[in-house]
Amino acid sequence: MGIMDKHDKVERSATLLLILSFIVVTVGGLVEIIPLFWLDNTIEKVKGMRPYTPLELAGRNIYVREGCYLCHSQMIRPFRDEVERYGHYSLAAESMYDHGFQWGSKRTGPDLARVGGRYSDKWHRQHLIDPRSVVPESVMPGYPFLAKTELKFDDISDHLKALRMLGVPYTDEMIQNAKADLVAQATGEETDGLIKRYGKEVFGSATEVKARDFDGNPKKITEMDALIAYLQMLGTLVDFKTFDESNVENLR
Amino acid sequence: MGVTVRLAQMAVLGLFSILSIIMWANAKDTPYAIHAIIFLLATVLGLIYLARSTKFDGASAADEGEYMDDVVKAGVIATVFWGIVGFTMGVYVASELAFPFLNMDFPLTNFGRLRPVHTSAVIFAFGGNALIATSFYVVQRTNKTRLAFGNLAWFVFWGYQLFIVLAASGYVLGVTQSREYAEPEWYVDLWLTVVWVAYFLVFFGTIVKRKVSHIYVANWFYLSFIVTIAMLHIGNNLALPVSFFGSKSYALLSGAPDAITQWWYGHNAVGFFLTAGFLGMMYYFVPKRANRPVYSYRLSIVHFWALIFTYIWAGPHHLHYTALPDWVQTLGMVMSVILWMPSWGGMINGLMTLSGAWDKLRTDPVLRMLVIAVAFYGMSTFEGPMMAIKSVNALSHYTDWTVGHVHSGALGWVGMITMGSLYYLFPRLWNRERLYSYTLVSWHFWLATLGIVLYAASMWVSGIMQGLMWREYDAQGFLVYSFAETVEAMHPYYVIRALGGALYLTGGLLMAYNFWQTVRGNVRASEAALEVAKA
Repeated sequence: MGIMDKHDKVERSATLLLILSFIVVTVGGLVEIIPLFWLDNTIEKVKGMRPYTPLELAGRNIYVREGCYLCHSQMIRPFRDEVERYGHYSLAAESMYDHGFQWGSKRTGPDLARVGGRYSDKWHRQHLIDPRSVVPESVMPGYPFLAKTELKFDDISDHLKALRMLGVPYTDEMIQNAKADLVAQATGEETDGLIKRYGKEVFGSATEVKARDFDGNPKKITEMDALIAYLQMLGTLVDFKTFDESNVENLR
Repeated sequence: MGVTVRLAQMAVLGLFSILSIIMWANAKDTPYAIHAIIFLLATVLGLIYLARSTKFDGASAADEGEYMDDVVKAGVIATVFWGIVGFTMGVYVASELAFPFLNMDFPLTNFGRLRPVHTSAVIFAFGGNALIATSFYVVQRTNKTRLAFGNLAWFVFWGYQLFIVLAASGYVLGVTQSREYAEPEWYVDLWLTVVWVAYFLVFFGTIVKRKVSHIYVANWFYLSFIVTIAMLHIGNNLALPVSFFGSKSYALLSGAPDAITQWWYGHNAVGFFLTAGFLGMMYYFVPKRANRPVYSYRLSIVHFWALIFTYIWAGPHHLHYTALPDWVQTLGMVMSVILWMPSWGGMINGLMTLSGAWDKLRTDPVLRMLVIAVAFYGMSTFEGPMMAIKSVNALSHYTDWTVGHVHSGALGWVGMITMGSLYYLFPRLWNRERLYSYTLVSWHFWLATLGIVLYAASMWVSGIMQGLMWREYDAQGFLVYSFAETVEAMHPYYVIRALGGALYLTGGLLMAYNFWQTVRGNVRASEAALEVAKA
């Protein structure tokens, strides 16, 4: 009965109750989260990951704004059916620059971790404007307003700066040329600088940065341009030819 | 309350007003400007109220001896109001999934923006107001003293409503961090932190100045809920704003570490906001209503410490088979299964409190509601650990099964224990002999219960069915169903789910009407006649 008698002390001291319960609720989080900061043990060594281009980042912010993550996951689990349906299972490295991860928790719609390059820009456009015109069974909302809304990107370099402070390897050059790079990617014109900074040669990515008029409207850079640019690069970076999953470094 | 204190409060509010003008003047995006204006309006209204109600002749109401119940009254009204809003939003977003034309393809009405409005309205607005109001009621009764720090409790109440308005308006305007159940952006998070610290001070201060030597068990749960939510809220919302005059921020962490931090928060929003706090409610209102002591004092001690220790570890079960390191997933699974025990300890303690009073279930619909809440608690805390087992989770994850599980806990446990407590509180707070109508309570009970059954059953079927369809192979080794075919198969269940939600909402409306009449002092004619007849 010793312990129960001693508990009486806790029930008569507000401070003791407060301190003890705080200590008790911190333990689990400390044990499970802190070790993950030793990233060697958390994130595999892979080739090909690069920071998002300014246009892709703007598109990603629209993806977040519209709450896409509520119905679409970006995390393929290592099961036969998922790998056949969506592609190679997701690696931790693939979301290493995702400040605000987008793994999701529900698949009302399909997983999007590797949707990049699977459909044409035109398909995406049509699907985003009126989903049931291309997938009759779909329950997805339509996003016709994206094609009409001009993308706001005056402050895009501030976004890159903020992300660099959080550890994303954006260079001074990338930050200075952020606006120009965004325009280049959304129009497909004068893309040399963009490719020089984000190209597959620099990062060893599996595919080249895609630069073109994504929304089929060369007159304007719209939110549709940005969102499709983001969707078209999802899961296309890591070069799986160089990824050896049985390597000890990659076993977690 | 002294004039000096009032003047200091006005100075603080004045500073907040000036701050919001500066924010408005420099705003880089429209939602941020709108939020600055809302904030400005709120602080100006607060200033006007303080200025008008301050008595400069030194005569202050000497009510220190009484309980501070006006703020509890405001709290229970807010609970009912936000409950109706939250249930309505739930029915609407559920209908959008069944009939997608309801999205109307406008930014403001699309599922992606409205779904967080629903979740935040029910969890933080309905649940949060219920927790704040009942904790203020309970902490005064069980410690036999008035709430600490004068009108700070009113700041907590109004500050919290302001948080809700900023959060919800932000979602429809597209301001979100995309962290489930922690969507509000950095400046709304900062505001909630201020309000939460004030809440802690009022609650803890009241315990400290208690007139009894022993701290009653309900207060342990409320206190651990307040402290843990503070820790989780700050830990999960660490972010860097792009500009101090803009709404967008980027999370401090990325990828896998960010995911585990979010679900460390997300699971314990369930564990502490929706469980520990509401267990505090159970430990006060069930014994009160049944007029019996808590079943086992020792069980409440063991159950308290085991519950708050174990819950924190369970987060990784939201990330099974993801890119999170395997050891964390397994640890999370083991702790989730262990969590079954303290959860059922709480359920047993609640249910067995009715020993010797079971017959009251036949005659008292309010007690019936409180008890079925505890029964639903038991069911969902069995289902949860089961779904946390990796091989079960492989099937259930990403499907509606999870949604069904959450709702059997949310509608069954959180909703029913809250509404049962409200039925207890309304006549007492307004000094009425009885509720307007017990028949309506009975109707509410059955509408809500039937609603939950429809909801949970349809989500079990659709979730398990979709999970099985995704992984079905034919004899040649090909996947049988395309994704779109599995979506099509969900339709009837989405309709049934929306119907279940509509029943639950109808029950909520009956409750609101019942309270309206109770506050006005009415008793339903046929029931009044019955009472006369009995006498």
